Amino acid sequence: MTPVLVTVLLYLTALVALAVPLGRHMARLYRGERTVLTPALAPVEKAIYRVASVRADESQSWRAYAVAVLAFNAAGFVFLYAVLRLQGLLPWNPAGIAPMAPDLAFNTAVSFVTNTNWQAYSGEVQLSYFSQMVGLTVQNFVSAATGMAVAIAVIRGFACRGEGRIGNFWTDLTRSVLYVLLPLAVIGALLLVSQGVVQNLSSYVTATTLEGVEQVLAQGPAASQIAIKQLGTNGGGYFGVNSAHPFENPTVLSNMLQSLYILLIPVAFCFTFGRMVGDHRQGIAIFAAMGVMFVAGLAVVAWSEAAGNPLVSQIVGSAGPNLEGKEMRFGATLSALWGTATTAASNGSVNAMHDSFMPLSGLVFLFNMMIGEVIFGGVGAGLYGMLLYVVLAVFLAGLMVGRTPEYLGKKIEAKEVSLAVLAFLSMPLGILVFAALSVVVPQALAAVQDAGPHGLSEVLYAYGSATGNNGSAFAGFGAADPFHTTLQGLAMLLGRYAIIVPMLGIAGALAAKIPAAPTAGTFPTHGPLFVVLLIVTVLILGGLTFFPALALGPLAEQVSLAAGTRF
Amino acid sequence: MSRTETAAPRGLYATAARQSIAKLSPRLLLRNPVIFVTAVVALMTTLLALRDLVAGTGGSVAIQISLWLWITVLFANFAEALAEGRGKARADSLRATGQETRVKRLASADADHGSADTVSSTELRKGQFVLVEAGDLIPTDGEAVAGVASVNESAITGESAPVIREAGGDRSSVTGGTTIVSDWLIFKVTAEPGKSFLDKMIALVEGAERQKTPNEIALSILLTGLTLIFLFVVVTLEPFALYSGTSIPVVFLAALFVTLIPTTIGGLLAAIGIAGMDRLVKANVIAKSGRAVEAAGDVDVLLLDKTGTITFGNRMADGFLPAQGVTEKRLAQAAWLASQADDTPEGKSIVELATRVLGDDIPRIAIEEHVAFSAQTRLSGVDVEHGTTIRKGAVDAIVKHTGTDPTPVLAGNIENIARSGGTPLLVSQDSQILGVIHLKDIIKPGVRERFVELRAMGVRTVMITGDNPLTAAAIAAEAGVDDFMAEATPEAKLERIREEQAQGRLVAMCGDGSNDAPALAQADVGVAMNSGTPAAKEAGNLIDLDSDPTKLIEIVMVGKQLLISRGALTTFSIANDAAKYFAILPALFLGAYPGLAALNVMGLSSPESAILSAVIFNALVIVALIPLALRGVRYSPASASALLRNNLLIYGLGGLVVPFLGIKAIDLVVGALNLA
Repeated sequence: MTPVLVTVLLYLTALVALAVPLGRHMARLYRGERTVLTPALAPVEKAIYRVASVRADESQSWRAYAVAVLAFNAAGFVFLYAVLRLQGLLPWNPAGIAPMAPDLAFNTAVSFVTNTNWQAYSGEVQLSYFSQMVGLTVQNFVSAATGMAVAIAVIRGFACRGEGRIGNFWTDLTRSVLYVLLPLAVIGALLLVSQGVVQNLSSYVTATTLEGVEQVLAQGPAASQIAIKQLGTNGGGYFGVNSAHPFENPTVLSNMLQSLYILLIPVAFCFTFGRMVGDHRQGIAIFAAMGVMFVAGLAVVAWSEAAGNPLVSQIVGSAGPNLEGKEMRFGATLSALWGTATTAASNGSVNAMHDSFMPLSGLVFLFNMMIGEVIFGGVGAGLYGMLLYVVLAVFLAGLMVGRTPEYLGKKIEAKEVSLAVLAFLSMPLGILVFAALSVVVPQALAAVQDAGPHGLSEVLYAYGSATGNNGSAFAGFGAADPFHTTLQGLAMLLGRYAIIVPMLGIAGALAAKIPAAPTAGTFPTHGPLFVVLLIVTVLILGGLTFFPALALGPLAEQVSLAAGTRF
Repeated sequence: MSRTETAAPRGLYATAARQSIAKLSPRLLLRNPVIFVTAVVALMTTLLALRDLVAGTGGSVAIQISLWLWITVLFANFAEALAEGRGKARADSLRATGQETRVKRLASADADHGSADTVSSTELRKGQFVLVEAGDLIPTDGEAVAGVASVNESAITGESAPVIREAGGDRSSVTGGTTIVSDWLIFKVTAEPGKSFLDKMIALVEGAERQKTPNEIALSILLTGLTLIFLFVVVTLEPFALYSGTSIPVVFLAALFVTLIPTTIGGLLAAIGIAGMDRLVKANVIAKSGRAVEAAGDVDVLLLDKTGTITFGNRMADGFLPAQGVTEKRLAQAAWLASQADDTPEGKSIVELATRVLGDDIPRIAIEEHVAFSAQTRLSGVDVEHGTTIRKGAVDAIVKHTGTDPTPVLAGNIENIARSGGTPLLVSQDSQILGVIHLKDIIKPGVRERFVELRAMGVRTVMITGDNPLTAAAIAAEAGVDDFMAEATPEAKLERIREEQAQGRLVAMCGDGSNDAPALAQADVGVAMNSGTPAAKEAGNLIDLDSDPTKLIEIVMVGKQLLISRGALTTFSIANDAAKYFAILPALFLGAYPGLAALNVMGLSSPESAILSAVIFNALVIVALIPLALRGVRYSPASASALLRNNLLIYGLGGLVVPFLGIKAIDLVVGALNLA
């Protein structure tokens, strides 16, 4: 076996081995059953409910649930916006960083509330310690918990037996933070510190390099934010260059740990789903569909990075991996793995410059985001995004067994289809329409660094990343321009709430239906056939929507590269 | 189900062709969003092509593309018109029977026949009384309140044998458009003018009142959503192309748009629905709503009445089991004699069986007296020469008559028959018991196989019978039903339906009596027999004109076939898009990136030819699939996973591959004819 294969197998084995028990833990947690952490945390949980006067066991209708989600997120936005605008007056600002500009503060606040963590700013230059810790890190937890809560509510819609209610948002939110995110983040932060990730509130250090140049080394509470940024598929780096920074990601071990944390909760959600709907095979089927697409994408990226750039090989005189924009301590393989995971999982943290990957790798990254971050995807968001495709796949092909399409015994009818179509529309709207605006408005076009098809890829990537709530960037795109900060903000809102609200609506409609017991005439949704069907649906619906744009971007770049054309 | 359809008459095509032009009216087009959008795009490209032609800058390709876009719309209209046309012929013949006539109206149910005043049938209102006599056409629907008559209902049912209609009981309903053959009836009008069964039937077979069914609505929403998505795709393509340094002519973008939106299923959706209803009409079933037809495909549980559906109505002799020391021949001879005067179906079946056993040895003894069955003795038989009495009857009756008990072996046989669900009938000669006749419910041939098929489709069958549990269990086991309800009352039936529904199952049943009405209304699919009472017909959502309870199974098949056809063509339509991208995109982007010619995997001759070929393929595929849409996708009962696998292979994979071949073939023709 090649080292690449060993690395990947090791990674996937560790991932599944951790995700299965976590999935089981989450299923017990959200069903209100006792977990390992209950003795320690139940008093804290009860205290929170008392203070917030939440009636923990009161199940909500989908409308009430959606209103709670939106209200909570709106409040989070207002608070974060205020912190960013007022950071000059607030404590913990040893570097004396000035308030953020209004459009950038809007963009950043939206970005962290929607679990995107698109960073149009550079952390060490534009954020105080207070903004990082009280502003961003808090959102890193609660925006992730929001996605998890929504996913759980959607699962309940499929699982419940006609009661019409989908759980309590405040309870789901609290439990997500308390029993899943916090414990894992603490463990992660400690492990990262052990690898040399910084964690302090000191002033920036000035050092003299070997060349005799003075360099300011930014400091700060990085480890705690990094653990949660990976765990909650947030991805917002503490430092501007994210996990490529030696203080954020110093060693191969810290790199592996962070890679695992990126996909841990999204993978666990597949198993949570299976348990909560009472048939673990359903969860495995979804895991299999996501897994096959993940591995296929990874194979393309790993191959194309290992093959390297033919034009460079010509100059250098030897074929080799494409190492442009990569950290030498990670190399091509670990960078490919990270890149695939971070775009698949809507995480958005990077350990290499995505702009410098080969065009085919860029195509995979773009596709991962454009299909709506459903290959494991964001915490919770990946699962409910995939369930959107499930609804469409079951509806399209389910008729072919001669029954009204049904999933888990629930009929998929006009209401569910309308809402699914509505949710699905947000992706082409946010990506294609907004990107098209960006290439026709001259001011917006100025932000694009590279000529030729790569420039188009940069624009598509920016809007794919925003709408998919990923947050990673192709460098080379001047995202700080007010046109883009605003439009990106809208894309992030669209990609988050224009999917959450319809999905909760679907959950509400399904929750009111009594599931029919499966018979020989029921469309089977747990076997390999369904896995293939689901993959093909994602590829066809995603492919049909974005293929023309991808042809003019990365595909054109690839064929031009092969022909030796430069721009 | 592979019902072979007779080819449509030639006139039908001409009418449909004319109709497809008439259907270009925007109001009618709006009913079908995908085709409406296609028409709008066709209009736009036509105007652009003409403008360029006048300006002298246009080529013939733009004109040809516009033409084919119009043809796409016309083909879709043609499919719908053809489906509708097939119902029209039947509607016309029905309409002829519903013409205005003079009728004899009475003041009340017991009024003197002479007091009738003659009015036009159009003046009849609900609640009025009408006298109909031999030769009269029954002008509208009603319920007989006096008299007995034989009625020819062939105009509605196609069945020429007259049926009896009489006041009171389960045969009191009369239908407008049928004719009195003999005797007379007074009936109370139950339908307002224009609302009679005949009127509804005409509207249904014509498709005039056709409303979209729930699943059809859901599918239309999805198709509209896809159209919107492709609008985003195509509209944003121009800015991306401009950025990439090339400009795409609007006509080409329009061509790409129309080939991507699901025109195939959009064009055939209505035809599939109409054809599905038409298949039911052909099976002599009238659906009061399209919803019921779809629900039929979803049915999980079938409640089937034992009598008439699973078994022939009557018990029949199945065997002779002689007592010790008696030959089978002697028992058969006695049974034959004892049943000579018995006109009941059971009696006849005994004679039939005895004749088969005896061959030429039919007893030739003079019969002196026939003893008919009476409620007191519960025996029947004959007295022959020498005062010999031959009797048959229930076990206790014969024991009482002969004064002897059956021997242990015979008693064992009797016990076995009872346990197997049969009825033992003893035969005696004077004081000697000769043996026992085994009477049993005979399962209709082929029914068992039907249940096996239904089980494969995931449909459970429940037998409903008034028999005791022992008998019911035996018959249920023999027929191969999944479950049974013994000693069933209408209330128990209703309760059972509710229980099944509470577990999320869809229930179908059929019935004809007034006491079936609540259950028929509660069932998701309630098939009322046309011979049934008005209450039953009102409660059911389907009416079987042949009054054949077995039809329920066929209705389930039609429902499934309808849904499968829709799903198969949708899958095919969407899978087609992949090939269209490979045809059109390299043609559009060749100017910007010559390297993208690598996507031209079909090796199409020129960009213009590629686009034109894709548009032509897109139009022709609609016509090619019309027969499939009208006939329905072939459907043989199988499990869902087998169906899914097969249909995905045929329509999913087929849908991916076929257009590659089709577009390439058209490209060759276009090249040969020098069209582009």
